[in-house]
Amino acid sequence: MVKNLYIILVLVGLGFMFYTFADGFESADKLNPVAERYAKQGPDEVGAANLVTAVVVTYRGLDTLGEVTILFLSAAIVAFFLKVTYGEEEKRQTRSVSEIMQTAARLLTPAVFLLGIYVFINGHLTPGGGFQGGAIIASGLVLMLLAKPNMKVSHTLIHVVESISGLAFVFIGVLGILYAGGFLDNSLMGMGTLGSLLSAGVIPLIYIFVGLKVGAELSNIVAHLQESQNEA
Amino acid sequence: MIIKIVAIIIGLLIIGLAIYALHAKKLTVAILGAGAVSLLASIMFLLLAAPDVAMTEAAIGSGLSTIIFFYVLNKIRKQNG
Repeated sequence: MVKNLYIILVLVGLGFMFYTFADGFESADKLNPVAERYAKQGPDEVGAANLVTAVVVTYRGLDTLGEVTILFLSAAIVAFFLKVTYGEEEKRQTRSVSEIMQTAARLLTPAVFLLGIYVFINGHLTPGGGFQGGAIIASGLVLMLLAKPNMKVSHTLIHVVESISGLAFVFIGVLGILYAGGFLDNSLMGMGTLGSLLSAGVIPLIYIFVGLKVGAELSNIVAHLQESQNEA
Repeated sequence: MIIKIVAIIIGLLIIGLAIYALHAKKLTVAILGAGAVSLLASIMFLLLAAPDVAMTEAAIGSGLSTIIFFYVLNKIRKQNG
C-alpha cells in the first residue's frame, strides 16, 4: 500500500515536471546563431552535402574522437570482465537452426555488410555515417551468429582492423595540424564539387576509418558475449 | 495531418509496448517488447526528420542490444542453475 503510494507520488511529480516543460514550450521559428552559421557557411567551408556530417566530423570532430574512445573503452571492459576459456572443444548445446534461417543468412549477410560499407562511404552525401555503418556491419555479424551459433569469430582480425583504423583517424587529425587549419581540419584534401563522392576533403576518409573502428568494436562485444556462453 | 495521426498511433504503441514489457511474465517476451519499442522509436525519429538518429536506433537499439540482452539472460539462467 505504502509502496503504491510512493509510485503514485513519483509519477505525479514527474508529470508535474513534464507539464511545466510542455506548458512553457514555444517552437523556435528561426535557427539559433550557431546553427545559422553552420547552415550558411557549412556548404562552402566543409563541402559536405549532408550538413549533419559536416558538424559531426569537422566542426565537432573532437567529440567524435571522444565517442569512439568511449566505445573502445566499453568494448575493452566487456572483454576484461567476461570469463572465457580458450582451447576447450566442448560445444554449446543449441537448438538446431532451421534451413530457412541458414539459407537466408547466407544470402543476406554479404548484402548487410555491403549496406554498412555503403552507408559510411556515402556519409557526407546521404544520411548516416561512420557510426551507423559500423552498427550495421555489427548487426551483419549478429545475423551470422544466429545462423551458426558455434561459429568462431577471429579476434586477431577484429583487433588489427580496430587498431589500424583508430591510429589512422588520429593520424589524419594530426596531419590537419601540420598541413591545414587545425586538428581534424578537413581542407587537407581538395574540396571537390558539392555532392560528388570525392568531395568534402578528408571526411570520406575519416568516416571509413570511424566505420571500420565502430564495426570492429561492436563486433568484439557481441563475439565476446557469444564465446562466454559456455561459462556459468 | 496524416503524419501527425501516424505519430500519435506510434507513440501510443510505444507506451503500450513499454508497459507490456514491464509486466510480461517471461523475460524473453519482455526483451522482445523492449526491442519492439526501439524499432517503433526509430520510425518515430524518421517522422521527426532525423534519419541519422533513426538508423542508429534501428541498428543498435533494436538489433544489437536485443541480442546482447539475450546472451546475458542465457548467462544468468546458467548461473542460477
